[in-house]
Amino acid sequence: MSANFFYTIEVIANGLMTGVMYSLVALGFVLIFKASGVFNYAQGVMALFAAMTLVGIQSGQVPFAHLINVIFGTHLDKFGWEVPTFIAIILALLVMIGFAFIVERYILKHLVNQDPIILFMATIGLAYFMEGFGDLMWGSEIKKLDVGLPQGGNVWLESATAGWADGFYGFYLDNLDMWATAIAIVLVASLIAFSNYTKTGRALRAVADDNQAALSVGISLRTIWVIVWSLAGFVALVAGIMWGAKSGVQFSLSLIALKALPVLMLGGFTSIPGAIVGGMIIGVGEKLFEFAIGPYIGGATENWFAYVLALLFLVFRPQGLFGEKIIERV
Amino acid sequence: MFYRESGDFKTTYAKDTQTFPIKLDRMGYYTILAIAFVVIPTMLVMNVGGGANYWTNAILLPFLIWAIASIGLNILVGYCGQLSLGSGGFMAVGAYASYKLMTSFPDLSIFIIVLLSGAITAGVGILFGLPSLRIKGFYLAVATLAAQFFLVWMFNKVQWFYNYSASGQISAPTRSVFGFEVTGATASAEAKYLFCLVLLVGVAWVARNLTRGRIGRSWMAIRDMDIAAEIIGVAPLKTKLSAFGISSFFIGIAGALFFAVYLGAAEVGEAFGIQKSFLLLFMVIIGGLGSIFGSIIGAAFMVLMPVLLKNIMVGQLNWATDIAAHFEFVFVGALIIIFLILEPHGLAQLWRLLKEKLRLWPFPH
Repeated sequence: MSANFFYTIEVIANGLMTGVMYSLVALGFVLIFKASGVFNYAQGVMALFAAMTLVGIQSGQVPFAHLINVIFGTHLDKFGWEVPTFIAIILALLVMIGFAFIVERYILKHLVNQDPIILFMATIGLAYFMEGFGDLMWGSEIKKLDVGLPQGGNVWLESATAGWADGFYGFYLDNLDMWATAIAIVLVASLIAFSNYTKTGRALRAVADDNQAALSVGISLRTIWVIVWSLAGFVALVAGIMWGAKSGVQFSLSLIALKALPVLMLGGFTSIPGAIVGGMIIGVGEKLFEFAIGPYIGGATENWFAYVLALLFLVFRPQGLFGEKIIERV
Repeated sequence: MFYRESGDFKTTYAKDTQTFPIKLDRMGYYTILAIAFVVIPTMLVMNVGGGANYWTNAILLPFLIWAIASIGLNILVGYCGQLSLGSGGFMAVGAYASYKLMTSFPDLSIFIIVLLSGAITAGVGILFGLPSLRIKGFYLAVATLAAQFFLVWMFNKVQWFYNYSASGQISAPTRSVFGFEVTGATASAEAKYLFCLVLLVGVAWVARNLTRGRIGRSWMAIRDMDIAAEIIGVAPLKTKLSAFGISSFFIGIAGALFFAVYLGAAEVGEAFGIQKSFLLLFMVIIGGLGSIFGSIIGAAFMVLMPVLLKNIMVGQLNWATDIAAHFEFVFVGALIIIFLILEPHGLAQLWRLLKEKLRLWPFPH
């Protein structure tokens, strides 16, 4: 076995784990799209906002400190206490649930029965709003998020596999990525269990299947929407924690949402397993492409590879891997 | 109260099918043209109130150029119903095409260069439009992101496009039309303004007449329901690709102008990033999907609002610029949501409703 072979395996493993991180964002999209037919562009910004809120609460920042200072000439900055991580996560989750209520009450309720494209644009507006709002509330500087997850490469794995081939120094895998993978698996398993074995979960699936019929058997659409957006907020919080711990809480986090789009297209907009598999294909694909072909054409191919792959794939299978077959009637 | 069609008799078919059938509309249109072509350039030349350069650069040029681009995108999204998030990439194609043409053919008139850049962009647009025959709706929107990211990456990495310059930037040399310089550092404000204005009027005129003719009707048929349109004999291939081509042609012109006339020097990731695609989409939504007039006021709104907000918050209230920038995001986002809730058809629809009311005035019905 040559070193190149092991390096390829390492690239694939890293790609798989990056893909899982993409899937975390994509999951939120799928949840909302299934239940309300809304293509929620704001999912990435929700992850950013959740992570910012978490850091803000954790470090005891005063919300809107900059704004208050500039209006009243005060010099507020921090409350001076630190909130334990677990409580901070609970509080951040409550904020996201409150956010879900607000979205339902002030946006979705007024846009019932509009074209999907109008709803999509509304979520773009929501994304802009939250981006500005989050920055106003917590400040726009890059923040460090530390929730106690191990960072850096896994030393044990690296030293155990070193010397398997000449010139091979062992597998370099990031601890955080491995944690993210484990958490994603738990998250998906619990989401599937939730939608299959609880009453609310069944109601969610009923709405996803046919909202008119669900309405007629007494399921409240508005409650369902709040639940779904809260769930998406929860997924966004998890994604925000993972991405925030990996690369810091900053604006570029919201751009990950864009990377989740080709993931969705590959997997199909309506399938939770699709989001996971799609994420892995994209993750492995872009890492392998960058590893094998990137150096010859200038590198940084990760910027566009996912989109082009999804584009080519869709030409042959327009509904994605696991999406429901698109049937159009005149 | 004078806004009536009664008494305004049409005796020929040409008169019956004219763009502005109501006399007051026609007069208003000619007045606006007169102001745009005579009054504003005169004011710029005489430098009324000082700061002609500021006004041209902060408001007039961006408005004219974005209006061209937004007419282009409106043809694709508003008339043909193909959602596109790749317009920033197409603008970059226009910009780099004009740069390559300007540096390769120094004697060519800038007017021809801009049109050729549009044509090149149209070619690229048709290429990226091909998947639209298989992919629809949101899937297509994401597919157009491929165009956005791939094109920006390509202009960054392939050195031939920026003539192997060390900084990776492109900068516009001085070029003129009819002896007047319109690009480069020495070009005067009024020449730049008039050049963009002529192109905007041309583009709007062509777009308006295309959209009310056969080709525009086939676009709308595809938009409303493509399968039904196909059954009644509208060829989807020709229709969709023509929409992509013509839309990209206009967006390419706008990209060329944005780089050559407005910016002067550009770096692709910064000048034509994904943010520009969204900005353009917002102009089209706020202005009104499926309306040429809407595209123009949408562009005006999105260009003026940040300037206004900045003037109020930074100039009057002395806030820090970053807080003002965050507020801008909040305002834009909130405005888009409010618009979609109150009037999903945009400013153009409000204008239509107002005219409807004016016709009946002073009676309620």
